[in-house]
Amino acid sequence: MNAPLPGPLADNPTLGAWVTFPAPGKVTIFTGRVELGQGVLTAMAQIAADELDVDVARIAVKSGDTAVTPNEGYTAGSMSMQAGGVALAQACAEIRAMFLAQAAKVIGCSSAELSISNGRLLRGGKTTGYDYWTLAAAVDLGVRANGATARKPPADLKVVGVSSARLDLPAKVFGQASFIHDVTLPGMRHARVVRQPSRGAVLDSVDEAAIRRAAKREIEFVRSGNFIALLGDDESALDAAALAAPNHVVWRNTEKPMTLQQEAAWLLQRPALDRVIGPPEPAAPQGRERFEATYTKPHLAHASVSPSCGLALYENGHLTVWTHCQGVFPLRAALARALKLDASSITVRHVQGAGCYGHNGADDAAADAAVIAMQKPGVPIRVRWRREEEFMYEPKAPAMVVKVRALVAPEGKPSDWTTEIWSGNHNGRPGGGNSLLAEEALPDYVPLPPAGEVPEANGGGATRNAEPLYDIAQKRIVHHLIQEAPVRVSSLRGLGATANIFALECAVDELAARAGKDPIDYRLSITSDPRARAVIEKAAAMAKWDSAAPSGTGSGRGFAFSRYKNRAGYAAVVVALEADEDIRLRHVWCAADAGLVINPDGVVNQLEGGIIQSASWVLKEQVRFDDGVSSIDWLTYPVLKFSEVPEIDIALINTRAEAPLGVGEVSAGPTAAAIGNALSHALGVRIRDLPLTRERIMASLLKD
Amino acid sequence: MTIAFSVNRKRVEVSPARQDMPLLYVLREDLGLVGTRFGCGLEQCGCCMVLIDGQPEKSCAKPVWSVAGKSITTVEGLGAPDKPHPLQQAFLDEQAGQCGYCLSGILISAKALLDRNPTPTRKEVAEALDGNICRCGSHNRILRAVEKAAAIIRRAGA
Repeated sequence: MNAPLPGPLADNPTLGAWVTFPAPGKVTIFTGRVELGQGVLTAMAQIAADELDVDVARIAVKSGDTAVTPNEGYTAGSMSMQAGGVALAQACAEIRAMFLAQAAKVIGCSSAELSISNGRLLRGGKTTGYDYWTLAAAVDLGVRANGATARKPPADLKVVGVSSARLDLPAKVFGQASFIHDVTLPGMRHARVVRQPSRGAVLDSVDEAAIRRAAKREIEFVRSGNFIALLGDDESALDAAALAAPNHVVWRNTEKPMTLQQEAAWLLQRPALDRVIGPPEPAAPQGRERFEATYTKPHLAHASVSPSCGLALYENGHLTVWTHCQGVFPLRAALARALKLDASSITVRHVQGAGCYGHNGADDAAADAAVIAMQKPGVPIRVRWRREEEFMYEPKAPAMVVKVRALVAPEGKPSDWTTEIWSGNHNGRPGGGNSLLAEEALPDYVPLPPAGEVPEANGGGATRNAEPLYDIAQKRIVHHLIQEAPVRVSSLRGLGATANIFALECAVDELAARAGKDPIDYRLSITSDPRARAVIEKAAAMAKWDSAAPSGTGSGRGFAFSRYKNRAGYAAVVVALEADEDIRLRHVWCAADAGLVINPDGVVNQLEGGIIQSASWVLKEQVRFDDGVSSIDWLTYPVLKFSEVPEIDIALINTRAEAPLGVGEVSAGPTAAAIGNALSHALGVRIRDLPLTRERIMASLLKD
Repeated sequence: MTIAFSVNRKRVEVSPARQDMPLLYVLREDLGLVGTRFGCGLEQCGCCMVLIDGQPEKSCAKPVWSVAGKSITTVEGLGAPDKPHPLQQAFLDEQAGQCGYCLSGILISAKALLDRNPTPTRKEVAEALDGNICRCGSHNRILRAVEKAAAIIRRAGA
């Protein structure tokens, strides 16, 4: 009997692609998902431990390697548990059933009499002498998954749902090699790239002698078209040369981002691809009030703490690339296109980097190394970007303008809702729209057609969370996709959800205020989804929400809610802060519902991380332009510091019987809006443009 | 003349040809101590923090000649899996980290703090770590872990 397979299992249906039993007592699981600091490998091991009935300690996890792991596309969109975890669980359940059947056959009993304990087959609780490893030769895992074998019911799970220590953390705490930056290969040479100052810039001339002088050591040039790389054995010499190089290279056809383009409002006058999702917008009926407000979010940087790094070796006609990117298979496809190689002659292996939170420079650094390696057969090449290079050249989260229009019924509730968005695309990943930076510099580069946006079926890009989950009779999204961008743009944690939830949830507060209602009571009055109500009520209770707290005292509290992508995890957030010309976050409470939680402490860690990162975006972050990207280091792109971080309390709603829902991105959007709402409560003025800087606060206080 | 100093209580010598090399690169490439991480090369993020004669200092732009005769401690010198430093144990207990790239530098900054102030307040811990950037948002776990380590060290010393 066959049944539909969970997505990634349908794409990679051979059971042996997910699990092997390589040696007595050992289990290896294979996942296309990669560790980005979110704890995914630990969670996968927990899932397999439960479905196979083996201890986590027996399980090794192989992840993100085009030669050995299933192709699961990108590790993104909070989909690892929701899709990849369910696929792995299904594969493990089927494998367990096959071993039970095989043992029953050998023993001559019914498989219902058998159970498994840490890999050993038991009959009536007593040892049979058989285990996964003694039976492995007789069980063919080269078969297709059937989809029909039942996974364990949540009540039978013992490892899933219990906090499990991160498998990768000890190595990091003891300073052991953990990251791609720590990988060395015999005969490896270091490299830096002299980047095109802007897309399409054409090389006029290079003063190689001057760059060599700046290096003060022997360096070698590797060039192809507009691609210039410096090779050497001494990293600091290469850094010095790379730093000096822009002064010794003449480009034409350069077009650098201008200051006026750094503000989201620049988008409003640009040509756009327009579409409407939902019914046409009605004219405001007589006597019906119409609410309208405009919110903006600037370009943001991923700002990983490690600059991007890539290694490559071209040997015997095969290219091997080591990368910390989020999708080894899509990168392999992009490299095949860029280098005119067959994908079968490329292996791409994931090695951990620092947290990336989306599409940062990882893919491009890998491509840099690959382009150089192709010209240096047999020599392992390691490219590590400089900090300034990372800030200047990583793809940015696009700026967004979000206009909310609502028709308000006499009792103060919205009856018709429009979210109108102007944004660049969030889909610049390899396989989306962007080419690799090094590829663009090669002589025979053919520009790719402009990227479309992330499809609605995947949660949308700019439109992500643009539709409020509330009970409103008519809703629509008007989307203006701006193809022209001052800098490369792509995905950052949450994609459009951050700006949209900020806009929607600030607007709901503004509507509540107009109706003279408490913001939480108001939300509950337009929310029928019971899981949404549960997190809203829980967060309010955690924070001891005081409806009567007066506004304008300098001390404020704000609330916001969303369900990520309207289909992943739910989160409600309360923020308490103090504000004068500056904002000091005091406390954040978050209630979340993620369905069946694999690793509760891991989920809490992700929710805390999303809250702090969002607080950093909202209070501090904006990529600035001044004849180029002028946010180039941690002084010009400051992020939240230890002394600025609020206390955080998290509660997970127990919904174990429900399917697991992604959580990596669920807390950031509501945190952004809750800060906006708390600031408004503290000061009595509403600021609708991010970041909530001192300048904006002063301006709005003066205006008031 | 070779440049001699100690790293984690072992004497090391570096060729004079490498004297202008940042200490960080010498640690990582010459000595194979990769626990000290490269984050910016600009002395801004704290990933490369080491103790130099007990003081927390960024190693990414410090020429190795400047540490001649000095005593360096890196994260590898704090403890090991079979003999973890209380800070390392507390970081594991609190699961204080996400990607973990910043942790080596943070452990060093925390060690320097607890050496000079065994009973820091939460505010003092936070301020001592303001020179270290964590981008994943593990801050509160890290603050709790440092407080916990301080308590363990105090109890052991009592």
